[in-house]
Amino acid sequence: MDNLEQFRAETREWLDANCPDDMRQPMRSEDDQCWGGRNWVFASEGQQLWMERMAAKGWTAPRWPAEYGGGGLSGDEAKVLGEELARIGARRPLSSFGLDMLGPALLLHATEEQKRQYIPDIINGKIRWCQGYSEPNAGSDLASLRTKAEDMGDHYLINGSKVWTSYADKADWIFCLVRTNFDCPKHEGISFLLFDMASEGVSTKPIKLISGTSPFCETFFDNVQVPKAQLVGTLNKGWEIAKYLLTHERAMIGGFGLAGGGMKGMGQMAAAKRGTRDGRLRDTSLRAETTAFELDEMAFGLTIERITDETKAGQGTGASSSILKMYGTELNKLRQELFMAIGSTDALNFDTDSKGALVRSWLRSKANSIEGGTTEVQLNIIAKRILGLPA
Amino acid sequence: MVMILNEEQQLLKDSAKAFLSESAPISGLRAMRDAGEDQLPELWTKMSEMGWPGMVIPDAYSGLDFGYVGAGVVLEEMGRTLALSPFLSSAVVAATLINQLGSEQQKETYLPRIATGEITAVLAADETGFFDLADIATQATPSDNGYILSGSKRGVIDGHNADLLLIVTDGEEGLSVFAVEPSASGVSCETRLIVDSQRAADISLETVSVGSDALLGTLGGASEALEFTIDVAAACSAAEMLGISIETFERTVGYLKEREQFGSKIGTFQGLQHRAAQLFAEIEVSKSAVLGALQALDANSEKRSILASMAKAKCAKVVRNATEEGVQMHGGIGMTDEFDIGFFMKRAAVCRQAYGDYHFHADRFARLRGY
Repeated sequence: MDNLEQFRAETREWLDANCPDDMRQPMRSEDDQCWGGRNWVFASEGQQLWMERMAAKGWTAPRWPAEYGGGGLSGDEAKVLGEELARIGARRPLSSFGLDMLGPALLLHATEEQKRQYIPDIINGKIRWCQGYSEPNAGSDLASLRTKAEDMGDHYLINGSKVWTSYADKADWIFCLVRTNFDCPKHEGISFLLFDMASEGVSTKPIKLISGTSPFCETFFDNVQVPKAQLVGTLNKGWEIAKYLLTHERAMIGGFGLAGGGMKGMGQMAAAKRGTRDGRLRDTSLRAETTAFELDEMAFGLTIERITDETKAGQGTGASSSILKMYGTELNKLRQELFMAIGSTDALNFDTDSKGALVRSWLRSKANSIEGGTTEVQLNIIAKRILGLPA
Repeated sequence: MVMILNEEQQLLKDSAKAFLSESAPISGLRAMRDAGEDQLPELWTKMSEMGWPGMVIPDAYSGLDFGYVGAGVVLEEMGRTLALSPFLSSAVVAATLINQLGSEQQKETYLPRIATGEITAVLAADETGFFDLADIATQATPSDNGYILSGSKRGVIDGHNADLLLIVTDGEEGLSVFAVEPSASGVSCETRLIVDSQRAADISLETVSVGSDALLGTLGGASEALEFTIDVAAACSAAEMLGISIETFERTVGYLKEREQFGSKIGTFQGLQHRAAQLFAEIEVSKSAVLGALQALDANSEKRSILASMAKAKCAKVVRNATEEGVQMHGGIGMTDEFDIGFFMKRAAVCRQAYGDYHFHADRFARLRGY
């Protein structure tokens, strides 16, 4: 048995013993995710055990260095772990913007002291982070942001506001883009700050979406004092970190395009609901649309695998996150449309209990191609940075 | 499985690219067409000298045993230059069927000769033009010393040049395959010029008497091998379409960077930029579809058929889009015969239909997925 197969056997055994039964059931909705953080209330004992056990092995962040509490796994080992988790239909132990966005940026740009201070709490799910990027007048044109940080000697003084801050009302800390120089081209006066959302002067106001839920907030900063040690990277050079982090955000959102683990395929669900004739889905128009969707869904899943493998082998293209983001979100919107079609008029139910989950999820998905850079912005990036089309 | 080419496969791809751009440029295809011909025998001779006809044939039968990923990367490069040859029909599809179905003796008889390029073989299955193996009327009736074959086959590409026809019959026992020489009494062949300057053969079999050794495998026992062969044909034809998509796209993007209208390069217009970016993403996704399907063939994975039909359907759709946009974005010049982009659209039309079109494979995919 080679090392990798031994790792697989050990992993399988450990997962069998440590993954609670209720964490092997498919998630029914976004509400089943575990976000961690200072104020998190676990939905079940299983959810808590699962997060804590995985975090203790560093497997909430399998590829991060072990010295900061990560799993320290090689690319191949991480792939095996992923396969073994998928095999038992295990839920993700911890959903986290710290894991998906901030952590990779800190590992690359933060000081040793900052890494030791922030990364373990991300891995353990102790601190829940939110992202302070968009502003009322800086959406697609993010670099024109105006929230300012003034140098007050021993600290920065923050004034301004953010919008579309996901879960700002539930987060413990924020990673925030601020303007530290107004007298220069817009990309060159931005800095990257970390601060506690419990700081004096921070307030949030949830934004009610068309789905009736409020995953986003407006976030206000009124004379918030931030110690200078909480600046990441170089003053006025925050845009580079911001962009690097965005590639991770896009890859994460693009992942919405993947088929859900442990779920039946769209076509089988449609067949169960609408019936079959001679083994084929009875509604031929629905069958054609579903088939086109499943073809793309499968090809997209393989694309994520291929790009992951290429990146591991040092053949990555860098701008591929824009392709995944654009494609994955459009695919997820189509998936939600098909869920609605299959769901019949029952799917229109807007009750606040689980009966209304389908329609809310459909409405929520419309934001996928807006948040994290719109589909149109991704197309601009592909056209300019990959294809080299002239400006 | 790691979704990158191994060193050997990458070398093969690089050398195929170098060879084809040198030896099979589009200008050669154009000259062939203008001379009223329908094949490039010198190109096939050169490919044979390199051993390409034995690409998927096992070592034991003098093949290169490169597997389907190997065949696929070569076909992708062939798609880029529109290299015309019986590589797909004989070296990949027919060789696969013989290797899957034939007895040891039949394999020894045919495969080494296919591997050297000495003979070509071709699958003659389709009778409806829709590649539906459920619709085969050609029959094999047992006779004193073998079988009598009667029926007809339609639109067989490379059929009129092949040295061996693999005739699919249906009957109470199920599907069977017979290896028939076109010179056999009762076999006749009419050819039609098709859109990419090749010829397709309509083959008629009138009480063709063959020996019992012409039957590949057992009577009625060909279903499984034919399904595998369809998977191979689908995935490999997808690889060729991928090459066509990539090349057409690169030429089109080159034109966007060059052509000026309204005082600007047309590539500065967002309306065109977004369509180009969209198409690029689709091509990236079809690359993964092709590699996933080819690897599943080499691994003989249980998801093989689903992935093969997925790849064929996906690439058929993308190559249609790529060639349409190729002509559209070139504007008027894209519609002229003098300009090469139309050649890609024409070959793509043939590849899209070969071995089952989008609708055939989308339907097969859905059935295999249980709906």
